[in-house]
Order: sequence, then structure tokens, then C-alpha cells
Amino acid sequence: MANPDNAEMLEAQSPEKKEFIRKSIEFWNPGKTQFWQDAGVDLVIDRREGYFLHDMDGRRLIDVHLNGGTYNIGHRHPELVEVLNRGTQRFDMGNHHFPALGRTALAEKLAKSCGGDLHYTIYGSGGGEAIDIAIKTARHAKQKKKIVSIIKAYHGHTGLAVAAGADRFSKLFLSEKPDEFINVPFNDLNAMEDALKAKDVAAVIMETIPATYGFPMPLPGYLTEVKKLCERYDALYIADEVQTGLMRTGEMWGYQRYGIQPDIVVIGKGISGGMYPIACVVVREPYAGWLKQDGFGHMATMGGAELGCLVAMKTLEILERPQMKPMVNYISELMASGLAEIMKLYSDFFVGIRQCGVVLGLEFDYPEGAKPVMKHLYENGVWAIFSTLDPRVLQFKPGVLMTAPLCEELLERVERSIGLARAECKGSGKRRYAA
Amino acid sequence: MNAIVEELLAGEKRQTGTADMMLQLAEWAAASYAHYDRAAVDRITKAAADAAFALAGPLAEAAVKETGFGVAEHKKIKNEICSRGIYEAYKSEDFCSKRVIAEQKIVEVPRAAGIVFALTPSTNPVCTVFFKILLALMTRNAIIVSPHPYAKKCSAEGVLAMAKAAEQAGAPAGIIQIITEPNLPLINYVMQSPRVSVILATGGTPMVRAAYSSGNPAIGVGPGNAPAFVDASADLNVAAKRIIGSKSFDNSILCTNESVVVAEEAIADKLLQAMAKTGAYVAKPDEVDNIREYLFGLGSFNVEVVGKSATEIASRIGIKVPSSTKVILTPIDRVGIDEALSKEKLCPVLGFVRVPHVHSGISTSRALIRMSGAGHSAAIHSSNPANILRFASAVKALRVVVNAPCSQGAAGFGTHLAPSFTIGTGYFGRSSVGENIGPKHLVNWTRIAYSDEANEAFGDFSGLETWNGQAPLPIGREAPMTIGRLQEGAERADQSLFAQVGGDAVADEIALMREEIRRIVLEELRAAFRK
Ligand SMILES: Cc1ncc(COP(=O)(O)O)c(C=O)c1O
Repeated sequence: MANPDNAEMLEAQSPEKKEFIRKSIEFWNPGKTQFWQDAGVDLVIDRREGYFLHDMDGRRLIDVHLNGGTYNIGHRHPELVEVLNRGTQRFDMGNHHFPALGRTALAEKLAKSCGGDLHYTIYGSGGGEAIDIAIKTARHAKQKKKIVSIIKAYHGHTGLAVAAGADRFSKLFLSEKPDEFINVPFNDLNAMEDALKAKDVAAVIMETIPATYGFPMPLPGYLTEVKKLCERYDALYIADEVQTGLMRTGEMWGYQRYGIQPDIVVIGKGISGGMYPIACVVVREPYAGWLKQDGFGHMATMGGAELGCLVAMKTLEILERPQMKPMVNYISELMASGLAEIMKLYSDFFVGIRQCGVVLGLEFDYPEGAKPVMKHLYENGVWAIFSTLDPRVLQFKPGVLMTAPLCEELLERVERSIGLARAECKGSGKRRYAA
Repeated sequence: MNAIVEELLAGEKRQTGTADMMLQLAEWAAASYAHYDRAAVDRITKAAADAAFALAGPLAEAAVKETGFGVAEHKKIKNEICSRGIYEAYKSEDFCSKRVIAEQKIVEVPRAAGIVFALTPSTNPVCTVFFKILLALMTRNAIIVSPHPYAKKCSAEGVLAMAKAAEQAGAPAGIIQIITEPNLPLINYVMQSPRVSVILATGGTPMVRAAYSSGNPAIGVGPGNAPAFVDASADLNVAAKRIIGSKSFDNSILCTNESVVVAEEAIADKLLQAMAKTGAYVAKPDEVDNIREYLFGLGSFNVEVVGKSATEIASRIGIKVPSSTKVILTPIDRVGIDEALSKEKLCPVLGFVRVPHVHSGISTSRALIRMSGAGHSAAIHSSNPANILRFASAVKALRVVVNAPCSQGAAGFGTHLAPSFTIGTGYFGRSSVGENIGPKHLVNWTRIAYSDEANEAFGDFSGLETWNGQAPLPIGREAPMTIGRLQEGAERADQSLFAQVGGDAVADEIALMREEIRRIVLEELRAAFRK
């Protein structure tokens, strides 16, 4: 069963790890567990702190996957640990039927942060659920059913979210709904206009920068034009900020970087600080009608758990500090210049950099080229993941609190790893990587 | 937000977490700034100095208002000296370029310290802030200022103005920062941070000792207690004028001010008269007792009188003095622990003790500094080089000012000492530096040393620039945006749309240009799709 290419990896594994992986296949998820073993990534995350993951066999990895920005401010940030500890002295998840101190405080903070008349916050406990809430809210507001999204978009795997995303995940569960969910190519304004023209669309849902698709960048003006088209054809604009929010683009919210003001914003991952599950949907006042018509219309026991609200508020507080923005600028400026230098060294393999702040996609001109790069990075102490929906592209997501010395170390390791991956792909003894 | 939630959010880590972010930002700024060349550093330093200079007057007044210490007019002078004055004093010195010493086959490469953590006092708040920031800037360091809590507002105003000017002149973001709400646990936390390269500590002894105990390199300065010895060879009228001028400057708030005049008996009466003529009030014995009680009755120096004027102090004690009084002279019989008035006094109260001869003058001066002020300053008024040399060799002061006001002279104004408001007290004063602190204390040098064998030729370093061809430096201004090459539509989009923007000055222009290009591209894009 094991990939013969990975003999070395297997040899290095401790008996404990071997046994654990066996159990993971037996009890948890055979397909996923085996996939990683075949890809040469036998990571079993044990201890974690800051931007470091420690494998159960003791290896230390710099985390630039961050689980899609969940660990944006680092693993177990001391201030989040503190606030969670303090919170448990007084709060638990809370009762979602009643006005709640934590939920209201966070909603007030989000209204201020999101700008414009983005006003009410509706809570879920994960991104997919929040996407479902956003779609339901838009449908209620517009009394229309159709949702337009991007081909190869990824919005999560709950009912409506999975239907809105790439069919790679909906078909498996017979959950695609092509008549309600229309997909158009990214960066194609005419296709967008064609989809909206009939004025029968409730909302366009957009990852500000499509993550799982490898962070193709919106071309200049694209998002503003989409927003205008929404206005023209009576559809709402839902910004999926699950991966682009929370300072990762250099602004608090990715849409701010692109100069637009959405009607609904979906926030997940990083808002939880990776410490307590929570996701948020922030809705403009005019489109939150169901909250008045029937406040019990959508409910979730764990939606907006109050401990999560505290962690989210602390996360926002940290991100709002004046030091944060220049720090993100530094990190992303250094990544831009450092990666450009590396690209010069391996220009026939590492061919492009997609970047908006610390949201980065590294392009490799080789079929599924990001996979060998991922493996060599892993072997060289860095964890970054390929893009499921475009495996030529490596998702490269440094955290917003990375220090200057750590960034320097990261670039040094990346240079070494890309060199090795290039030698493997382009040099003699080519190996194939299959998904 | 409601009080319960706020209380839960208000953990101890809030302030240390914020401090860590400041340090992290400073670390980025320092890493970048260390690569700047001399011309850019000079431009930045000058811009910051000019911004400080422009605020010299307003911040002098703000400091007096906030702290209640000193004289605005004098503080303004100090602020001017510590802004443009300091810039001018060092502008011809180069702390950024390599030095080639061909005859020793050595090349010296300047290496900035990194992050300077500057503790600044309440007594000389603004000028010390100006001074330390300029020192850090000219040596390519980042600096974090922790002002004395009594002077935090005026200090912050100065820091922010200089930071803005420096960044506008091209300095990396966060090169100058301030702790706006200083408190002891926070200061201790930052002092002990491994990110801090050197602590520049000006303030009270406990704070300076804490800096030394932090585990980080520190340059601390101790208290002063300067004797002013006037021997029989002195020009008494001039000496009197200098002493009174010095002691009344900024109401005696500089640590370099004279504490006790030690006068040779033969000229003591004449000196007293001369001082009385230039604005000294000679206190009567019972008044001396009252002054002693008021200044030291509580066991330690009464902070209420710090930096207050002579007339105000007199009126508080209930002594009638002429309104022109600048200094209150308190004749005392001895110096030592049994005479409180021989201790440091940061107010225009000046001790006066008579000694029979030079030998006794020196031992009395030594005794003063035995109590406090070791390694600090002393003054002598004399035309006898032998006396001066004996005095300077015996008294444990590391700067001895001759025939000059000690307040200013020891700080390098009106003498040729390095101009400084941070006075190194050396090993006598338990400090690491024994001279006036200047930029050279914030930079180390990497020394490239060739073999001394004659057949090993020295390289030709002329014309080489250290950082030629370096990748663009991150300066913390704008998070870059680029599209890749494999992305659909990439070939249609002009990469320059995403190009990095430089300083703020050009930002607007470029933004406009970009907007225009964006519009054109968009039109093209749409047209292409319509076909
Ligand atoms: C852009 C985007 N939206 C939504 C989601 C779904 O979030 P969750 O996994 O918390 O349901 C994800 C998760 O990867 C995402 O990347």
C-alpha cells in the first residue's frame, strides 16, 4: 500500500507514529490519512506554538498553511489563551435563545470594523454554516433563489455552501444544484453580467481571492465592477472573507483592499484564533429583514458560543493595534522581494507569484508542481499546502505576526526546498505525483 | 461594549502583548534601516531634527505645564540644542559607511545596535527624547521611548512628530515608537526582552539599576552631586556669574548642576558678595535650618521643590527674598551624611562651605561625591593648572569643568565635551560608559582583519558600496499585490498596476495614475470578452 518513493520517510518513523497512523486509517479517515502518506507528508501535529508545529516525532515545522488563516496570529497566542482562561471563570457557550453579553459585544465590534452600514451579526460555529446563513439571508432579502459563484470556488461543505462551490465536492454527495447555483469563470465580467442579466439572482458570492483555487488575483477593477453589476441587476454581493479577512491582505478585510463595500460579509477561520470555533455573518441593515420578521428563523446552539465571542474580540483587538498594519506590510514586502530573488534562481520552474499581502500563491510550471515543493518544504521544516483546485500552485500563507528573523529563516528554507523540488522535477530521475 | 465583557478581556497580557508587537515592529524597522546609506540616514535625521526644533518652544511650555519642573524659556534652549544642535554637532560624522585603514589592513564596517530602548526622565523630558531619538537615527537604529509617567504627554507629542517626519523622509515604518502608558511592570518587561539591543537609561537610581539588572546591555547614568571648587586664584566676579547662571538654569534641574560651592577661606567673603550681586540670596542660619527641613525633612529629597524657582521655594518656606533672587545660598559648616544640604538638590538651593586651603577643598569635594554623584561631574574655578590637575585627579568625577557653568559645561555646551543629556558615570558610578553618551555608543563595528604577513596583500575596497544591488528593502509601507503568470488573464493585466508605491509624497500621484490605468485596462478587458 505504501508509496515506494517514501521508503526513507517510513524508515524514520517511530513505532508510535506508525501505530498511530494505522489507527487513524482504521478509525478516522482512511482516504485522507493515506493520501498524506503517499504524498510524503507524514505529519502528525503534536505541540504547537506561535508559527511552529511540532510533529509527534519531534520535528519542528514553520506553519505557512495556518489552516487557511485560522492561525493567522499564531498558534495558541498567549493573549487568546489568557482570555479563554479568564472567560471560562465566568462564561460557557451560553444560551443562544437569549440576548447574550458576548454575542452582542462582538456584533457591535464587527459592525464598527466592517464599515458602511454593515450592521447585524448572525453567528455560526464554522465557515460553511456561516455561508449557508449568508445565502439564506440574501434569499430572504431578495425573495429570489439563484446564487452565482465562481467556478472552482470553495465556500465549505454544508448544504448551500457546498452547492455554491466547485462540483468536485458536491457531486460526491449528490448535492449539486445547478439550476439554483450558477458558476461563472473568475475575472470574467461578461460571464458575470450574463449570469445576472435576468435579474433573477439573489446574490453573487465571492471569495475575495479564491483560496482553494490557488489565489488567482482579481484583476484590477474586477471586484468593483462585479459589485456594480450586482447593484444594476438587483443582486446582493456576499464577500466570503473566511481566508482574506483579518489583515491578511494588508487591510482588516480583503474587500477594503479592493475598495468595495459588500452587502453581506462572511467571517470564519482566523476570527476563532484557532482556539474556539466561531464564524460570523455581518449583514447590512436593509438586508437583515428576517431578524425582525422572525428572529428565531435561523438557530444554532453553538453558533456564536460566548467563549468564542471573547476570543474573537481579542483577536480583533490584536489585529486593530496600530503596529499591525506596518507589520503585515513588512512581512509581505519581504516575501515579495525574497521570493522574487528565489524565482530568479529557478526561473524555469518557479514562474510566478500571486500576492495580496500575506495571501500568496506560488506558481510552478510543472504538472502538479506544488506537490513536490510541498514535500520538500515539509522535509526542510516548512509546512505549506498545495491548492486542491489548481495543484500547480502552492498556497503560501505567512502569519501576520511573523517576526523578521523567522521570515528570513522561512525564505532560506523555501529557497533550499524549491531548489530540491526543481532538481527532482526538471533534473534526472523525474518522479510523478498523483493526487 | 459592556463592563463584564471588558473585564474578561482586560488580562495582564494585554499590555505585554502590545509591547511585544511594538518590539516586533521595531525589529523589522531596525533590520531595514541598518541597510540605509549615509545620505538617506542624514536626510532622515535632519527631518526629525527639524521637526523637533519646530516644537522646541511649545513642548518646553508643555513640559513645564505637565511636570511643574523648570523654566520654559530654558527648556526651549535645551530643546533647540537637542534637536538642531545635536544634528549639527554630528552631521559631519559618518556612522553608516565602512572605514578602510590600509596601513593596518583593516576594514571597519558599522553595525547598528538594533533596538534602542530609551528611558527618559521627567526633569528633562523633551530634550532627552529629542536627543536619544537623534542618536538612534544617525546610527541606523530603531528606538522605543518609555517616557517618565509625569511627562508622558509632552514626550509623546515630541516622539510622534519626529516619527512622522522621519517616516516622511523615508525611514522604515515603526523606526521610532513610544510607550504611551508607561508603568513599572511594563517597563521591566520591555527591558528584559531579548529583542532589546541596548537600554539607554536616564532617570532615578532604582530605574537605572533595574536597567543594568535586566540582562540586556545597558547604558545607565547615575545621579550627580557636583562640587564647585573656587580657589584663591579664581576670577571671583566671573566665577560668581557662572555659578549663579548655571545653578538657576532651568531651576537647576540638570543632574550636572552645582550642589555645593567649596570656597577657599581667603576669598570666601568676596565670593559671597559677588554671588549676592548676581542674584544669590544668602540665607541666615535659622533660614538655613528651615530650608534643610523643607528640602530633606521627610528623609529624602522633597520632590515638590524639584525644578521650582528660588522665589517660589522661599515663599513656600516663608523666607523674604528679593524678587530678583535666582539662587538661594545656604552656608553650611561641613559636608557629609550629617549635613543633608550637601546632598544633590534639583532646585536652585546651593550649599556654600568654606575650606582653609586647596588640600581641604579637594578632600571636601571628594567627600561630597562620596555621598552621591560618583563618576559624574565637578567644577573648578581657578587659574592654577596644578590645582586643577590635582583636583581632577583626586575627585571621583569623570568630567571636570573649568571656569564654566557646570550645568551646561558638563553636558557639552560651552565646553568641548560631547553635547549630551545623558552623562556616563563610568565605573565609579556603576555605569558601562564614562563619557558623555553620543552616537558612537549605539554602533559596533565589524572589523575585517587581514593576515599581517607581508606577502598577504590587502584587498582594494575603494569604491565598494556595502549594499549595492540588494533586493528592495521592506519598509512597512504597503502590502504588495501582484498577479502570477499562470493565472488566466495574467498576460492582459499590466503588472505595473500592482507595483509598489514609495514614500507618501509620491503616493497620491501614483494612486491617480494607477486609477487611470485601471480604468483603461478594464475597458480593454470588457471589450476583449465581448468579441
Ligand atoms: C474561503 C472559504 N470559505 C468557507 C470555508 C468553510 O469554512 P469551514 O471549513 O469552517 O466550514 C473555507 C474553508 O476552507 C474557505 O476557505
